[in-house]
Amino acid sequence: MIIYLLCLMLFCCGLYCILVKRNIIKIILGIIIAEYAVNLFFILVAYRMEGRAPILSSEVEIVNMVDPLPQALVLTSIVIGLATTTLLVAIAMRIYEKYGTFDITKIKELKG
Amino acid sequence: MIAISHIIPLFVAISLLGAFIISIIGKRLKWIPDVIGNITTLILLGLSVLAMWTIVTKGTLVYSVGSWKLPIGIALVLDGLTAFMLITVNLIAFSVSIYSISYMERFTSKWKFYTLFLLMVAGMNGVVVSGDIFNLFVFLEIASVASYALVAFGTERHELEAAFKYTVMSSVGSLFLLLGIVFLYSYTSTLNMADMANILAQKSASNIIIMVIVLFITGFGLKAALVPFHAWLPDAHPSAPAPISAMLSGVLIKSLGIYTLCRIFYNVIGINPTLSSILMILGTLSMVIGVFLAIGQWDFKRLLAYHSISQIGYVILGIGLGTPLGIIGGLFHLFNHSVFKSLLFLNSGAVEYATGTRDLKKMGGLIAKMPVTGTTSLVASMSIAGIPPFNGFWSKLIIIIAAVQANRLGYAFWAVLASILTLASFTKVMKYAFFGKPRKRWSEVKEVPIFMKLAMVTLAIICVIGGVLLISNINQIFLKPASDVLLEGTKYADIVFKGIQ
Repeated sequence: MIIYLLCLMLFCCGLYCILVKRNIIKIILGIIIAEYAVNLFFILVAYRMEGRAPILSSEVEIVNMVDPLPQALVLTSIVIGLATTTLLVAIAMRIYEKYGTFDITKIKELKG
Repeated sequence: MIAISHIIPLFVAISLLGAFIISIIGKRLKWIPDVIGNITTLILLGLSVLAMWTIVTKGTLVYSVGSWKLPIGIALVLDGLTAFMLITVNLIAFSVSIYSISYMERFTSKWKFYTLFLLMVAGMNGVVVSGDIFNLFVFLEIASVASYALVAFGTERHELEAAFKYTVMSSVGSLFLLLGIVFLYSYTSTLNMADMANILAQKSASNIIIMVIVLFITGFGLKAALVPFHAWLPDAHPSAPAPISAMLSGVLIKSLGIYTLCRIFYNVIGINPTLSSILMILGTLSMVIGVFLAIGQWDFKRLLAYHSISQIGYVILGIGLGTPLGIIGGLFHLFNHSVFKSLLFLNSGAVEYATGTRDLKKMGGLIAKMPVTGTTSLVASMSIAGIPPFNGFWSKLIIIIAAVQANRLGYAFWAVLASILTLASFTKVMKYAFFGKPRKRWSEVKEVPIFMKLAMVTLAIICVIGGVLLISNINQIFLKPASDVLLEGTKYADIVFKGIQ
């Protein structure tokens, strides 16, 4: 149980970063942290205590298997996260070129 | 003999192929991006008409990817709602790609534009055909990532700022969706939506489902820009190049937000009165707040973006009513809104192309110089404001009648009020931009090139004759199958498992 709570805390850390921080880079880090928390949670959901890899073999009788599907899915979700992060960092670099700052309180030209 | 269900993966494959070809040879040969881009979207439009026809004649089609048996493998499903959304997406994609031939000349690297554009179309088509919840999430992310890049396409100050805001908010939305999917998977141990619906129907109600519903409303609400989650839309949609604004407002928020919302709430989880009133409240809030925010805007595209929020509210209200008439009205308004809002964004792009400004105060008397843009914009404005006989009138009328029939007079009242305010704000657009005194500084303004006119005129014609879709024969083909899918609710599972492979 404690591990799920820690995972929730990680997610909240990420959300806190996104909502409160003013620096663009810190916001991006917040997104990455929150994303990792969700991925971790997905893996935890599939984990069985004392489980083993779900490989079929004739010698060993399989009693307790880890669910392999979420592991495959998390790989996909990590790749998606990579794409989003890359794009965010690229945009952040361009923003720094144009505005000369990473502070979002100074990057506020769109209003209304 | 190839089974007819093989057309389903083509919707994703063809657009990905087009994007791939453009990205490898489009840089060398300048004519490649235009030709391949337009051919791809034309083929997709043709295929979606074929898909619609197949639905009517044969029934629901199912394609299992890699020939894995159904609940295990990824299923692609083509039913009435899917075919309806495919036609909407690909119709707008086609007219936008014709428009881009001329419009995108102003930007360098057209090939990058067409590559991202086709990726976005692939993502949207994928979301619509997918019958597997994680696969749906992957396609949703493909479309979203392409749209983040397209919003930042101009790489100027405003575009970058808007793109950053959009990307952050939309990624948070995606995280909530993924979390919701994790909870659903842990509860049902399956990812196939039909199978999931079966298992959920057997299990009794539980707190996990409430949690999932909250996560999905937040996630899809962020994607669809419903009111508490709308902050990114008025920045992101105006900042993108005009054809992309048309795509984003026209179809992206609908296929990523509304379609997915309906599919999961109606077909997988199953609708109940509480859920339906949450949807109606969210819809009414978006409808009213969106239009109030829109009326004070002076930037042409920003005004249109706020109206997107408002019109999305009508769609959600109609679908949330849950009565057959309400759902038909909601879906019909979804189609109509994608046509007239795309047209309005293309108009705003044409005005910007010719005059270089988006500020309504600086325009005036443009209809004399740009008759096609002016007339099509008038048609679209009357459609969105709900003036008979244009298409927007019929769908709004149906939604209001449905609300009255369902004895929800309060909602009907707000719908009428929002419609009147819409009319007021478009009267303002028409007065300041196209009518009024011709200004001297615009005496040199010329009408836009032929391709842009062609795209605008096509959409305007659809606006004018849109009401025809309600005639019972055409309605049976176009709207009825789509609304039936939502009305069947969780029977979706049986239909998918019995579908023609």
